[in-house]
Amino acid sequence: MALYNSVLDLIGETPLVDVSSLSPNPHVRILVKLEGQNPGGSVKDRIARSMVEEAEKDGTLMPGQTILESSSGNTGIGLALVSRVKGYHLKIVLPENVSQERKQLLDVWGAEIISSPGSEGSNGAMRLAQRLAAENPDYWFPFQYGNHANPKAHFEGTGPEIWRDCPEITHFVAGLGTSGTLVGVGKFLKERKPSVQVWAVEPPAGEMVDGLKSFDEGFVPPIFIENDGYELLDRKTVVGTRESVEWTVRLCDVGIFAGISSGASIAGAVKCAQRIEEGVVVALAADGGWKYLSTGAWTDPVDQVVARAKGTIYF
Amino acid sequence: MPVDVRLPTVLRQHAGGMSSVKANGSTLAEVFEDLVRQFPGLAGQVITEDGTLHKFVNVYVNDDDVRYLDKLETKVVDDDVVSILPAVAGGSGPGS
Repeated sequence: MALYNSVLDLIGETPLVDVSSLSPNPHVRILVKLEGQNPGGSVKDRIARSMVEEAEKDGTLMPGQTILESSSGNTGIGLALVSRVKGYHLKIVLPENVSQERKQLLDVWGAEIISSPGSEGSNGAMRLAQRLAAENPDYWFPFQYGNHANPKAHFEGTGPEIWRDCPEITHFVAGLGTSGTLVGVGKFLKERKPSVQVWAVEPPAGEMVDGLKSFDEGFVPPIFIENDGYELLDRKTVVGTRESVEWTVRLCDVGIFAGISSGASIAGAVKCAQRIEEGVVVALAADGGWKYLSTGAWTDPVDQVVARAKGTIYF
Repeated sequence: MPVDVRLPTVLRQHAGGMSSVKANGSTLAEVFEDLVRQFPGLAGQVITEDGTLHKFVNVYVNDDDVRYLDKLETKVVDDDVVSILPAVAGGSGPGS
């Protein structure tokens, strides 16, 4: 179909591309699902639409209401797109150290930005949003870390798309943030084919966790626990900034201009390919490269890019 | 067999302010026993009384989260790096 009634109908149905030329193992194929093709530019368009439409259906979100959410960027941008089209006012709590382009895009869609301390990362943004939501009960607070419409969007969308396009899949690799992608897709794939392995990739936590006074201030997303995330994941691995940047640049060799977390995801897929004998690894590229041009990832010496990226949230 | 253990900010006060210490053991459980022997203040911080990992702590051997390896029975060898980190909301940026 090439004629759509709304831009929101363009969310999902993203392409899966074979990038096996990047595989270090001739017996392992690597495929990438390009979520940057979504109209708001990232995988988060899926959960933005899903969370809003579920809340409209069950009456917790009323016409003209204000939406408040925390985001390190992409969920905010997805919600900003959906909110603009549907006529909601949106407030996004955003750590001050996200890339400039993420803020600019929120401005494009008319979202209101509330800054949270960069040193507290996404955790700090989430806590501030929780406090603001408690103080303003008239706002609708989707809370992506605890909203079942988040994994549901992947259980009903991303997962079935991958299964339809690549039933040969043996491994699924994606970044771990809210865990919505991993638990939604992972659950769907394992129901169809229990042998499928689900691998999570995460950025180094580094100084973002220095603000914590004790482990009791830690946080595990409720959707991860409630969807048996601990049983569902087969592996969780950290991919460093340098490796993420290097693989982001290498993706250009196959014509893919993706964001830095996509580089991390591919690096995870490559690690996976090195450790298995044969298989088909599907990695998820969460967004396109546009929002990261200011990092200089594609043009500047990698040392400079890594130094610059250290203070910036790119995942 | 010494491994390198990286401590998060919240634990350094119990280890003389150090961010990295050496510990011996062939499994993680043994490494933690040795850590507590060296720094008694670390007792109960990472491993709870019932012998499991604290809910909001992630432990990595090299780059892999041990919850998805063999948990406390995960084997370690010389020069492995064991990192202890608080679990926080995802989407956090890089630091190290």
